[in-house]
Amino acid sequence: MASVRLTEQVNKKDKMTDFLQLLLSGVATGAIYAMAALGFTLLWQAAGTINFAQGEFVMLPAFAMLIGMSFGLPLWASFIVAVALSILVLGAAFKNWIVDPMRGSGVVAVVVATLGLSIGLKSFTKAAYSAEPHPFPSIFGDEVFKLFGLTISYSDVGALVFAGVMVLGLQTFLNKTITGRAMQAVAQNTFSAEALGINVKRMIFYTFAINAILVAVTALLITPTYLAKFDMGDNIGLKAFFAAIIGGFNNSRGALLGGVLVGVLENLAGAYLSPAYKDGVALVLFMAVILVKPDGLLGTPQERKV
Amino acid sequence: MISKQHLAFLGVSLAALLCAPLLLKTYGLYLLTLWLVYVIAALGLNLTVGYAGLKSLCHAGFMGVGAYTVAIMMKAGFSFWLASPVAIVICFALGLVIGFPALRVQLHYLGFATLGFNLLLVLFFRNEEWLTGGTFGIQNIKRPEFLGFSFEGNLAFYFLVLAVTLVTGILLALLLRSPWGRAFAALRDNPIRAESTGINITAYTLMSFAIGAAYAGIAGALFATLVNFIEPAPFGIANSLLFLMMVVVGGSGRFYGPVLGAAIALLLPELLRDLKDWYLAVFGLVVVLMMIWLPGGLLSLRETLKLAKAKRNAKLKMEGLV
Repeated sequence: MASVRLTEQVNKKDKMTDFLQLLLSGVATGAIYAMAALGFTLLWQAAGTINFAQGEFVMLPAFAMLIGMSFGLPLWASFIVAVALSILVLGAAFKNWIVDPMRGSGVVAVVVATLGLSIGLKSFTKAAYSAEPHPFPSIFGDEVFKLFGLTISYSDVGALVFAGVMVLGLQTFLNKTITGRAMQAVAQNTFSAEALGINVKRMIFYTFAINAILVAVTALLITPTYLAKFDMGDNIGLKAFFAAIIGGFNNSRGALLGGVLVGVLENLAGAYLSPAYKDGVALVLFMAVILVKPDGLLGTPQERKV
Repeated sequence: MISKQHLAFLGVSLAALLCAPLLLKTYGLYLLTLWLVYVIAALGLNLTVGYAGLKSLCHAGFMGVGAYTVAIMMKAGFSFWLASPVAIVICFALGLVIGFPALRVQLHYLGFATLGFNLLLVLFFRNEEWLTGGTFGIQNIKRPEFLGFSFEGNLAFYFLVLAVTLVTGILLALLLRSPWGRAFAALRDNPIRAESTGINITAYTLMSFAIGAAYAGIAGALFATLVNFIEPAPFGIANSLLFLMMVVVGGSGRFYGPVLGAAIALLLPELLRDLKDWYLAVFGLVVVLMMIWLPGGLLSLRETLKLAKAKRNAKLKMEGLV
């Protein structure tokens, strides 16, 4: 009798530990989704660009770092190179060569162009580099430590802290600095911002540059778990869209909340409901949220223009 | 009504389609039939994207629902003529279920909702082995039979698909000429003004989306019986994007846009076979360039050139005045 009760207790404790473990890694993954989501919302607000290639924008810096490391650079150095390249290519070139010439052609044209870009970048990577998944080192190492019976990996904690600092730092930048406030002004009303003497073009470029940095950091943090593969962006891009909308498209803290919710719920659903349908969780959550609160959990209602 | 030119164009095209099998071998006939199947699906998507202005990224998924419904029902002993209407109704209903929450909020939310839904459908096709055969798919799907006449032969099946294409095309043309069609266009051009003239936007957008899905269902039913074997791969997100490309590259909001787009999407891989893996990279780049220079699609080429010429002339005139 006693031994049965003991195993029950042990089982109960195991279950609790499992749950907390899943919760923690879900929060870490979610925080990473949040960064891609944040870049996505910034582009939408400031330039009206819905970037369907956001997932591929995460994939490219991952491969840039991989190539850097194959030349013998340490991870941190290849990360810096990847950030610089990302600002140049995914920020400046993307803005000047693709988004700017399409001003005035409507949202559908931009959507189709970024979808085309997504297909092109994926296939380019597949043809030029390889179709295989490549292992990718974590910048925080593979070590784990024990805390209250939980096994916690440094990479999870590191990802969480790193992503949290990025998101909150960005929010402070947007709210407290003059440049940040000017960027917000451009996002809210381009015409009045221009009339007030704000250099609109430069502010929009900053937005693209910030997105470029965010995707490079996302790549650094998520590739150890996702592995560097040409189609790794499919999943990340989709999760980023959903996280952005769930949290609230016009609120940067919303992206963090949305990302964490998606990360945690899909981890729990994967473990307790069905591993096969794990990737469907974000969609279900998205549908549920927009039915109840169309502007997202932290979003504010938007006006419509005729 | 229809102009003489248009009528002549239709007559010549129909004659060409009727005679084409004489010149083609098995693979050519297969490609031609597949093109017609794609045309049906793309016509439906053009209603959603081109006329109602909604972004739908689940068209291959709906086609999959149509294909699996027909395959499963025919394996269970039902006739094709019962299975395909069921497939159409299911696709239509799914369109309503997916479209309703998204369209209540913002038009471009439909893009995300449909993208996610397509992902979910592929997971379903792959995981529910008891129903869909999982990754092995469903094999030996028979072609339909009608009153003792079998469409088993490639030629007979081609004419069946051609007939269905014509019927669905005519129905769509009639729909677009009806007040409904006008309402769809009004929605695309200015949803709020359309609403203020008394159009119930949610109902109409939802309808255009669900009808588009039903067309994909028809295409799916024919696809399953054309290739005789289905598995999850052709119904993934990549092909949904391809359908959107067909519509936009051909010319969205133009009746013959998807017809041209489907031909390009099907023939281009055949022509660029030597490029192998690079083919899609080139394709993606071409799409981007085209959206920059010719956002209205290939069929808008003449108007775009005219507009550019007019602009140039106006500029010259201005310079002459100064």
